[in-house]
Amino acid sequence: MLELGDYGTSDFLQILKRRHPELLASPAVPPVQPAEIRAYEGTTVLAVVYGEGIVIAGDRQATEGYQVGERRIQKVYQIDRRSAIAIAGAAGPCIEMAKLFQVEVEFYEKTEGVSLSLEGQANFLAHLVRANLGLAMQGLIVLPLFAGYDVKRKCGRIFKYDAIGGRYEEDDYYAIGSGGKDARATLKKRYRPGLSRQDALGIVAEALWDAADEDIATGGPDFIRKIFPTMSLITEAGVSEVPEVTVEGIYREFISRLEQ
Amino acid sequence: MSTPYYVSAEQIRQDKEDFVRRGIQQAKEVIVLEYRDGLVMVAENPRKTTFKISEIYDRIALAAAGRIAEYEALRVAGIREAEIKGFRYYREDVTAKWLTNLYSQHMAAVAQAWDAKPLEIELLVCEVGSDDSRPGNQIYHIAFDGIYLEEEKYAVIGGRAMALREMLEQEYTDDLTMAAAVQLATRCFQAVEADADERYDITPRTIEVACLEKSAERRKFRRLSVQEVAERLRTDDAT
Repeated sequence: MLELGDYGTSDFLQILKRRHPELLASPAVPPVQPAEIRAYEGTTVLAVVYGEGIVIAGDRQATEGYQVGERRIQKVYQIDRRSAIAIAGAAGPCIEMAKLFQVEVEFYEKTEGVSLSLEGQANFLAHLVRANLGLAMQGLIVLPLFAGYDVKRKCGRIFKYDAIGGRYEEDDYYAIGSGGKDARATLKKRYRPGLSRQDALGIVAEALWDAADEDIATGGPDFIRKIFPTMSLITEAGVSEVPEVTVEGIYREFISRLEQ
Repeated sequence: MSTPYYVSAEQIRQDKEDFVRRGIQQAKEVIVLEYRDGLVMVAENPRKTTFKISEIYDRIALAAAGRIAEYEALRVAGIREAEIKGFRYYREDVTAKWLTNLYSQHMAAVAQAWDAKPLEIELLVCEVGSDDSRPGNQIYHIAFDGIYLEEEKYAVIGGRAMALREMLEQEYTDDLTMAAAVQLATRCFQAVEADADERYDITPRTIEVACLEKSAERRKFRRLSVQEVAERLRTDDAT
């Protein structure tokens, strides 16, 4: 509803402070206490731009201290028709944030009759991350990696975040989580602009393998239990999950090459 | 105990409509026209600093006929809501359709309130499209009671809108230059003024012209100076 009450104020900051304090850069930070909360965490999630769009993928393991907490956790969630979020950090708040974000974007689309632009989604997510600062200061950090296909620019785009809501765009690929650095090292060597779908899935599998190899909190492919990293493709046509058997095939082929 | 009086809903609506019509009848008109590089808005307005056409956001402008004070409050509220939305999401997510709904809801609520007088204004919310965007240029015409229409190519608000619209129906052509569009609007104003009891001269000083230029950078809105309007009105100038 249109509010006429602010007439006479040309100070935008004043209006935001009064009506939308959540949009401001420095929310109140609660006093920091050392974290004693035990939560599932540990992750490698990544996104890679390829010719037709973007791949977003993640491992399946959640850890609690030095224990495996969960082997089949889902870290990639579809948001819009052409966007998805991958999350790293404390599992509970992470899943909650992904869910809220998905509802927000869908709610917007239904009420407005047009979908929220990819950049609009990315900006809105920054506000959600910032709103979590209080929990982050107590150790329950939530860091998303946001990827989508931009219909206007006709390409895949990646957005990463820091704990205080900073939003940064990456051009080609990015990986976050405890194994993110290891995955990035692989992607750095393997990435080429305009990758085919097949090649993109290949380097994604390899990056996740390397991350699981180096980082104890990242799970690799589990051939006994049939648990494999999830990979989703986002193109102009929408988001589609790569079938588990295809991912298994990619890993079997990868291992046979390693053994040679 | 006094007997509560009864007035039918139909009667209330009719009274309000008559009341507004009397107010709007005296309001000078605003014409918006689609031209080659976007939308141009022309208003009869001899005042130098009190505008009837104004910038709301990157691609969006607002024009009004009626009470300036009432328009002014809506104009500022629109800018504020647009800025908040653009800041929360993304600049491209601020659309004329969204703003039109906001105004429409507000105006309908005021018009229906039993203890308030309806707003004596009509609005045009205009958005210039980009070359690759599907909706293209958009013009929404909002009446005092919040009912709005989507208009194509041109639209008119104000007391003699009907007569002006008839003229435009005859004379409007696609792909006008800016000068041709301003001249067309001016001719229409001159024709209705010629029929008026008190004749009013249309000169570059008595019309207000602003445009939303497709080719401009982020902020598409531009107000033309008296000098620029005079140049556009020179009939030999084709650009």
